[in-house]
Amino acid sequence: MKLVVIGNGMVSYKFCEKLRAADPDRKFELVVFGEESRPAYDRVHLSSWFEGRAADDLLMADMEWYSANGITLHLSESISYVDPLNKTVSTHRGEQTSYDQLIIATGSSAFIPSVPGIEKEGVFIYRTIEDLEMISSWARRSRKAAVIGGGLLGLEAAKAMLDLGIEKTYVVEFAPRLMPRQIDQPGSFLLQSKLEALGLEIHTSKNTTAITGEREVDGLSFSDGSAISIDMLVISAGIKPRDELAKAAGLATGQRGGIVVNNQMQTSDPDIYAIGECALHEGMIYGLIAPGYEMADVLVKNLVAKMDGEEKLFSAPASFTGFDMSTKLKLIGVDVASFGDPFISGNGIKVIQYEDAIKGVYKRINLSADGKQLLGGILVGDATQYNMLLQTCKNKLVLPADPCDLILGARGGAEQSAAGLAGLPEDAMICSCENVSKAGICNAVTQQQCESIDAIKKCTKAGTGCGGCVPMIKDLLQYTMQSQGRYIRNIICEHFDYSRQEMFDLVKIHSLKSYDEVLDRFGKGDGCEICKPVVSSILASLWNEMILKKGNSTAQDSNDRFLANIQKGGTYSVVPRIPGGEITPDKLIVIGQIAKDFSLYTKITGGQRIDMFGAHLNDLPEIWGRLIAAGFESGHAYGKALRTVKSCVGSTWCRFGLHDSVSYAIRIEERYRGLRAPHKIKSAVSGCIRECAEAQSKDFGIIATEKGWNLYVCGNGGSKPQHALLLAQDLDSETCIKYIDRFLMFYIKTADPLTRTATWLNKMEGGIDYLRNVVVNDSLGMAEQWEMEMQVLVDSYACEWKEAIENPEIRKRFSHFINAPEEKDPTVKFEQLRDQKKAQEWK
Amino acid sequence: MIETKTITWFPACLVKDMPENGGACVRYGDSQIALFHFTRRNEWYATQNECPHRRQMALSRGMIGTSGDVPKVACPFHKKTFSLATGECLSGDECSLKTYPVKVENGWVYIGIDDEDE
Repeated sequence: MKLVVIGNGMVSYKFCEKLRAADPDRKFELVVFGEESRPAYDRVHLSSWFEGRAADDLLMADMEWYSANGITLHLSESISYVDPLNKTVSTHRGEQTSYDQLIIATGSSAFIPSVPGIEKEGVFIYRTIEDLEMISSWARRSRKAAVIGGGLLGLEAAKAMLDLGIEKTYVVEFAPRLMPRQIDQPGSFLLQSKLEALGLEIHTSKNTTAITGEREVDGLSFSDGSAISIDMLVISAGIKPRDELAKAAGLATGQRGGIVVNNQMQTSDPDIYAIGECALHEGMIYGLIAPGYEMADVLVKNLVAKMDGEEKLFSAPASFTGFDMSTKLKLIGVDVASFGDPFISGNGIKVIQYEDAIKGVYKRINLSADGKQLLGGILVGDATQYNMLLQTCKNKLVLPADPCDLILGARGGAEQSAAGLAGLPEDAMICSCENVSKAGICNAVTQQQCESIDAIKKCTKAGTGCGGCVPMIKDLLQYTMQSQGRYIRNIICEHFDYSRQEMFDLVKIHSLKSYDEVLDRFGKGDGCEICKPVVSSILASLWNEMILKKGNSTAQDSNDRFLANIQKGGTYSVVPRIPGGEITPDKLIVIGQIAKDFSLYTKITGGQRIDMFGAHLNDLPEIWGRLIAAGFESGHAYGKALRTVKSCVGSTWCRFGLHDSVSYAIRIEERYRGLRAPHKIKSAVSGCIRECAEAQSKDFGIIATEKGWNLYVCGNGGSKPQHALLLAQDLDSETCIKYIDRFLMFYIKTADPLTRTATWLNKMEGGIDYLRNVVVNDSLGMAEQWEMEMQVLVDSYACEWKEAIENPEIRKRFSHFINAPEEKDPTVKFEQLRDQKKAQEWK
Repeated sequence: MIETKTITWFPACLVKDMPENGGACVRYGDSQIALFHFTRRNEWYATQNECPHRRQMALSRGMIGTSGDVPKVACPFHKKTFSLATGECLSGDECSLKTYPVKVENGWVYIGIDDEDE
């Protein structure tokens, strides 16, 4: 049987994937037409293209996948005509192809409002990678941009403007608030204030009457007489199902667009089907990916049943019966979620609302009149409870005595959530992208012996789509293992039945000095990429010996093994330490000269030092030899270790500075340089409360006061920014260092692998008060010992690059080919970028 | 049908030059082979040096270890793991590595290339 699919978007791809999985003998001939030049890509994560993700990274599968699965894929070919009588389709080139069954998966196009001036240059839509390419090249000469549309896609587009470095971005929404279809007014207002804090200027209740400008857009004017001036405009005001082909072929379509389908995805012609955003089911167009996947699944089941004929004749056909539009997403870093019926009211419906204007959190749940059932709700600013709420709502679970617990959480503790999981019915849908139920996940744990998220992903595919259900899978994994009596300890990996903290103590008590000794004594098997770096880090934190000695070199994480960060293309980056960010002109010249001689790309890092990229493995010893001769030392940018101590210029130059922040930063950086820890550590010193060094975003940060220094701890930038908390005030320089010694040793001894100080504190019972008690009041009685141990580490510091280049055994490992040590990797390629080079894109 | 393959053994390096419990990259003509000495298990393995995930010449620099009893290597780039014995990807991807036989004689390590590799 020959299937022809028109369109090659995400749903079309999913259809192909599911069909081939259900049809291993390839009884179906499958021909796909896509009008774009690329095979199907991940449109949901389109805006990540602006964050530097290459177009190819977004592909659902490459061309080889299609050919390997026996699928004929025609790209850059659009279908211009469907002839249902003769069962053929014609391409824009006039070539005809016949079909037995036709699947229309043409998706949607951007809805373009009819505003005068829409044709001007500098006006874009936000839909395909080509659109993004045009937007990004135009953005280079733009300072102000507007996005028309304050819905989901519009805000995505606004984020893209921020990522492109546009100075001023306006969001223009016709409705009185943002995301009117997903969230209610208080939620919407909170979202708006959060987005405004990020620099967006949001105009609601604005009816755009004209796009002004000569040839190019230069402004927008609105019906209330106001106007703004802009250099570019992105329109993202909704979608329009692409039903033109269906209409021309005489198929039934909806009044406002969309190809009418029944529960089997069949159109008014029994041999033609429609799936995805072009399909109109019970008066509804589904603009989300999960329902599209569900439609693909239903269609595959029905086509396969049809093919298999008689034996399945009596079973009911698979049906698409509408889809839950509950959704959780991150908009420009702000969590937004809605589930069930978010807006329901009246009829005695009880609504609980919680708003915290300080933290920027809004939560709403809607309960039935008797208060016993959760009907829906909205979360803005914090959506951690989304999965459990969604399941409670969908499965009509019994609510806690005080339904407030549902959104205020934590007060019931862990028992609550476990009880919640136990109460979920077996068929509760956990992963809606891949259609995996609670039973599916639990069976993977009990019968397939899956003991990790990765194992479950591999076994069931759950969590591999949008990834929103991964936290739920993790909870289910823990819950299932616990209920089976399989004890889950926080162990390192299959080779060590100990937590990191236990390992730390064991290695210390037994004075073990190499990975192999530790493995022989306390482990089993032959180690792996998880336990090797953990043990190596513990050894380094305890003994501070050169990490590449004692056979430990291959037990290091691969960056530590070569004392450099591997970068795209297989070259390395070189970062010498520049304490406090202070550097002499002579040293700057040395870096410049080295970068020139070895043709390295140079960039100032976020930590106030200079990174040189593109160094061949073979060149590292020579580069470092020259750096060390000029007085530099390793910056440990490759290690889970102290990175930098940033500083502002402080009282030596600044008219506001209270103390000499640079000198203090240098002192701190030189004290803790090379200190290895469970994760990287960053620090900063600011000379006054203006906080130019951003100390409150660091693992430990110091801010000058009139009387001394304030010490802040456990801050974090990165994907989940967290402000550091004040540990102690008005300290003199010596006491401040003592406290840092204690704080760091406590962290190094007790944190789980790869846990930053912020997460470590978040998991600590008693939080900052407990930590303050330990560090300042010495409640554990460890202060003196920790200070002593830190002093030992400080005194035993040596630059590991210096040792590496002076030791011929270590030095010879820095070559690419073992049988041609002089030769560099010939596959390394660079591309030109501005006046420097960059790594070649992933192939 | 019985296929016959001729295996050519080429001398890659001296045993004593190899790092213990780790890998090194061997040049063979224009191609690159990752050679591993799993000293703990007294085993030798050879695979293609290019990680099929992002096509980076880096596997020889990866950490090796075991998963159950399967010897494996983790790519330094994104920590995808592959069986050293079969080349199969253990991180759930479809890609796999080409593997080569290895033998040790008189202090030399030899990698076997069959005629299809030529």
